Amino acid sequence: MLWVLARRAASASSNLHWSSWRGNQIQLLCRRDFCLGVLADGVDRNSEAFGRNSTTMEGLISELQSQVYKVLGGGGAEAVKRNMSRNKLLPRQRIDRLIDPGASFLELSQLAGHELYEEPLPSAGIITGIGPVHGRLCMFVANDPTVKGGTYYPVTVKKHLRAQEIAAQCKLPCIYLVDSGGAYLPKQAEVFPDKENFGRIFYNQAVMSAEGIPQVALVLGSCTAGGAYIPAMADESVMVKGNGTIFLAGPPLVKAATGEEVSAEDLGGATVHCKTSGVSDYFAQDELHGLALGRNIVKNLHMAGKNGLHTMNHEYREPLYDAKELLSIAPTDFKQQFDIRSVIARIVDGSEFDEFKKLYGTTLVTGFARILGQPVGIIGNNGILFNESALKGSHFIEICTQRNIPLVFLQNITGFMVGSRSEANGIAKSGAKMVMAVSCAKVPKVTIIIGGSFGAGNYAMCGRAYSPNFMFLWPNARISVMGGAQAAGVLAQIEKGSKKKQGIQWSKEEEEKFKAKVVEAYEKEGSPYYSTSRLWDDGIIDPADTRKIIGLCISASMNRAPEKTKYGVFRM
Amino acid sequence: MASVASFILLRKLRNRPFHVHVRFFSEFSTENTVTQQRIEKILIANRGEIACRIMKTAKRLGIRTVAVYSDADRDSLHVKSADESINIGPPPARLSYLNGSLIVEAAMRTGAQAIHPGYGFLSESAEFAQLCEDKGLTFIGPPASAIRDMGDKSASKRIMGAAGVPLVPGYHGYEQDIDKMKLEADKIGYPILIKPTHGGGGKGMRIVQTAHEFVESFLGAQREAAASFGINTILLEKYITQPRHIEVQVFGDKHGNILHLYERDCSVQRRHQKIIEEAPAPNVSNDFRAHLGQAAISAAKAVNYYNAGTVEFIVDTVSGQFYFMEMNTRLQVEHPVTEMIVGQDLVEWQIHVANGELLPLTQSQVPLSGHAFEARIYAENVPKGFLPATGVLHHYHSVPVSSKVRVETGVEQGDAVSMHYDPMIAKLVVWGENRAAALVKLKDCLTKFQVAGVPTNINFLLKLANHWAFQNGKVETHFIEHHKKELFVDPTNSGLAKEAYEAAKLSASLVAACLIQKEQFILKGKPPGGLSLWYASPPFRVNHHAKRKMELEWDNEYDSSGSKVLKLTITYQPDEKYLIEVEGNETPVLEVKVAYVGNHVFRVEADDVNKEVNLAAYSEDKTRHIHIWQGSNHHYFRERVGLQLSEDEESLHKPNFETASHPQGTVVAPMAGLVVKVLVKNGMKVEEGQPILVLEAMKMEHVVKAPSSGCVHGLRVTAGEQVADGSVLFSVKDE
Repeated sequence: MLWVLARRAASASSNLHWSSWRGNQIQLLCRRDFCLGVLADGVDRNSEAFGRNSTTMEGLISELQSQVYKVLGGGGAEAVKRNMSRNKLLPRQRIDRLIDPGASFLELSQLAGHELYEEPLPSAGIITGIGPVHGRLCMFVANDPTVKGGTYYPVTVKKHLRAQEIAAQCKLPCIYLVDSGGAYLPKQAEVFPDKENFGRIFYNQAVMSAEGIPQVALVLGSCTAGGAYIPAMADESVMVKGNGTIFLAGPPLVKAATGEEVSAEDLGGATVHCKTSGVSDYFAQDELHGLALGRNIVKNLHMAGKNGLHTMNHEYREPLYDAKELLSIAPTDFKQQFDIRSVIARIVDGSEFDEFKKLYGTTLVTGFARILGQPVGIIGNNGILFNESALKGSHFIEICTQRNIPLVFLQNITGFMVGSRSEANGIAKSGAKMVMAVSCAKVPKVTIIIGGSFGAGNYAMCGRAYSPNFMFLWPNARISVMGGAQAAGVLAQIEKGSKKKQGIQWSKEEEEKFKAKVVEAYEKEGSPYYSTSRLWDDGIIDPADTRKIIGLCISASMNRAPEKTKYGVFRM
Repeated sequence: MASVASFILLRKLRNRPFHVHVRFFSEFSTENTVTQQRIEKILIANRGEIACRIMKTAKRLGIRTVAVYSDADRDSLHVKSADESINIGPPPARLSYLNGSLIVEAAMRTGAQAIHPGYGFLSESAEFAQLCEDKGLTFIGPPASAIRDMGDKSASKRIMGAAGVPLVPGYHGYEQDIDKMKLEADKIGYPILIKPTHGGGGKGMRIVQTAHEFVESFLGAQREAAASFGINTILLEKYITQPRHIEVQVFGDKHGNILHLYERDCSVQRRHQKIIEEAPAPNVSNDFRAHLGQAAISAAKAVNYYNAGTVEFIVDTVSGQFYFMEMNTRLQVEHPVTEMIVGQDLVEWQIHVANGELLPLTQSQVPLSGHAFEARIYAENVPKGFLPATGVLHHYHSVPVSSKVRVETGVEQGDAVSMHYDPMIAKLVVWGENRAAALVKLKDCLTKFQVAGVPTNINFLLKLANHWAFQNGKVETHFIEHHKKELFVDPTNSGLAKEAYEAAKLSASLVAACLIQKEQFILKGKPPGGLSLWYASPPFRVNHHAKRKMELEWDNEYDSSGSKVLKLTITYQPDEKYLIEVEGNETPVLEVKVAYVGNHVFRVEADDVNKEVNLAAYSEDKTRHIHIWQGSNHHYFRERVGLQLSEDEESLHKPNFETASHPQGTVVAPMAGLVVKVLVKNGMKVEEGQPILVLEAMKMEHVVKAPSSGCVHGLRVTAGEQVADGSVLFSVKDE
């Protein structure tokens, strides 16, 4: 009912802007009721910071784009050519052919594996993301055979599991485009044994299937050893003649073990598995046929795993201000203050933001808005978190969970206020309240780090550990337990103390050198590339795409039925 | 062609105010006529555009209409346009539209007082005209006697000769003596055509240019005729090197008044059929026109003609002489060009004359204003010698009609052009103050006339209209033959070939952009699963742009190897823009901005040029057929849709009745069951897959087939016998 009213309100207010032919009455009504929340521009385009930020940010974005351009090329020209000669498409092309023509695709963790190992591992050798097939949102997990033969490095496993985690959370049917040589053997210790390792992939398949989330495998290439379980565990699977093979042990291993000499196709080709073994269900004559069969499977999913709220009204208006200006607003120097509202004004529909508790706990901005027609509760940092801001945040989260309004966190936080006064006021207690609220909130949560993400601020603002449904970084983001300089200071003091105990005198120069090393390490480890490479997030994005991406994330999160939130014990 | 000047007088452009609108008030009078029952209901014994055209006038006059139709025309426009309609049989014309007695019966049944035969079918059947008269129905056309007289080609020439109408000089006598023949030939004048009286196909025909070649050619022709037909009689006729086909529209009433409505030039022909007609004839003096008209009137008078008729003349452009060819005793296909320049409705005249009224005008009152063209749009295959084509008009979008533009058609979008009847789709008729103005209009209309689904001659008509000789009015019967180098594609012209390729690439790029834009439009209007955010335009990709591939097959006329596949890569851009790259060429990426206007109309902006583009696409046989009209270009592309899957053995389910424990070729029962039928005998040769016997089990019949080709052995089971699962049924062995 509320939504109906809100919708009516939204459409009525749109009249104010778009048409004057309706009666004055409606216009008056609009003015009286609905235009309270329109945010001001809030940007000084002539300021020095505006120009500086935009220059820096443009540099960061072109860096980002060149990194992305590199990974889009897969494992290099040679491998791509070889792949093509086998009548195989690249994983992103495969996905393009699977999703509906003209549909969007939300790719995840594009730069995973970035400078992580000695050798480059573009996109961690696996492409994941969400896109619609016959109007059904699906999670795609596609091996890239041009990257190390599609084998699973530790980070490949992590990316695969992350995609499954999202799929489980949003109840998205999973489509596995299998073309992989299995585990990367030299790193088997980090790939094979642990809980969140290779075995978890099949565990997830089993559990999701049990929950009614369809699991579909398209075997487009080799599918060896452990990988053989992906199609075997799937609800339905397709195999492509000639290219697709499934076996627990390949011809060389078979020969070594039993002396039997057999070709790959005869050992585990499509004919064997579709006709004799029954490991696969659909026989595809070639890759395009296989992909078409994959689309057909989704067409026949009917209601499986579908209980979301997709019938929402998606009429909306664009923000009043140019999203490109986010590049100039985003701070590259975290000491620099800016009003988070100028970011919100460029993300939400019609730049309309109905702020909650505007005058209280002002370093945290909370309020209601819509993004591409979908209602959201926004929580954004406007400075250090104080007692009041944490309490306000907790209050707002409670409201949103009660109303099933998705939460969007815009993180730019240096941390909670420290010092005796703050501690005495129970900042730890207030922070704990917000962490409790964030942890337990069962509404969809999307976190965007638009600046710094330090210390407990990261927790309270729904960092990775708090399982936001999606989490993205702007290219200027920094994540660490504290700032490099602060850490250097703390570590230097401790070091100085221990050295003093040992009676060693620490020269000023030595101390500075020590500090510089710490700062350098923090600088490296706090970089968004360091984070995204290790899957601490779901990708680095162009700030101008923020609105679009939040919209897609929330739409995907709404694929499931709302869940009831239950909180733990709040320390009062 | 220069000799055309022999009868050229500078055409005087008439500036007197005159409108080509069809008159709404009849000027006919029935004075001095016996009042007879006026026609109130007409049956139109025809189909297609002419049936529709007649109905239009009838409706305007308040006359009710009855259509007849064959089974193939059940849903045709002419049936829908009529007040009543009657089925007259199966599709073949001889069983329906040519079945006079059925049609007369239909008229009697519906109470029509008159029958309009249109053109073709029964329009020139004296028997039919007579039958109508006998049954008390008015035949809207000439008297049966005139049809009969003019129907016999040699008789008609005799009558015309007697009436003083000029005939092609010749000798048709029985005396075949060589000296006599030579004398006759000299009398006629060279060049001369020597033709055997019997036979055909050009056998024995000779063209003699000068007198001293005559004897040799004559003897040769005689020998050839004797050898081919057994009869060696020869006739002589003046050979006209550059003929024109000019015809005069005549009209008579039942009171002996006859007038002419000027001439039409119908010289431009293919396969002896007219494709572009015009009125008045270009490069003709008023004097010549008057002479021609008078000759036509004399011809009509000689057979006591009334109603509409056309006297055809062959004009020798060298000498400026004209000769009678034949008279068509009906309303002609191309009558609208005459209507346009005289501002009269000839069908209305026909009905009034049939009512026994006087002609509304005297000869001197007949106006002549401006110039009109008619282009006949046919479903035909121009490169394959103008062979008629059939198919469905998936897209049919003619030009808007006005006082200056008429489109006469009997089809609508979705109709089929069938093999049973004439493949003409429409007649495009345009009028202008003078020939040049009319030609501009004609070209514009042809450019905008859109037909998709069947090949048409529209492009060819455009080439004709754009040809310099046509523009100059230098028309003649061999026009297409003489100018074929410019009118047809010349594969050796690499310059034009390159131009054509560039134009095709541009069109293909626009096609891609428009199709994708329309797809986005449809997705926006009805997003699958209600997921509107996921189908926003452009489709979103993280940190890069979505791309799309499209392969369009284009029939390259300049390449004998046929079609060429244009491989396009389309990159989505914001604001309805697309970057389009054509594989394998050096042309830079083209940025195209598209707005979808609606239906098949788009507005595109490419290379700083903003223009309207029309697109028609339909799918048939796993192929999407796409037509694009942009500027003066029309292109046709094909795109494969779906998959081309082979009937691969492995992908087929083939029950395997053979088992390893038996020798090769042995077939065992796939299940326990009853033998219902045995289809072959021992020792018979069978093909692979041939049914051998039929088993019944679980209330289902199972056909047991031969596993390979060879001879059947060991077939012991008989019908009615119960067999056990896995028991040997027979074996097939190679010889």
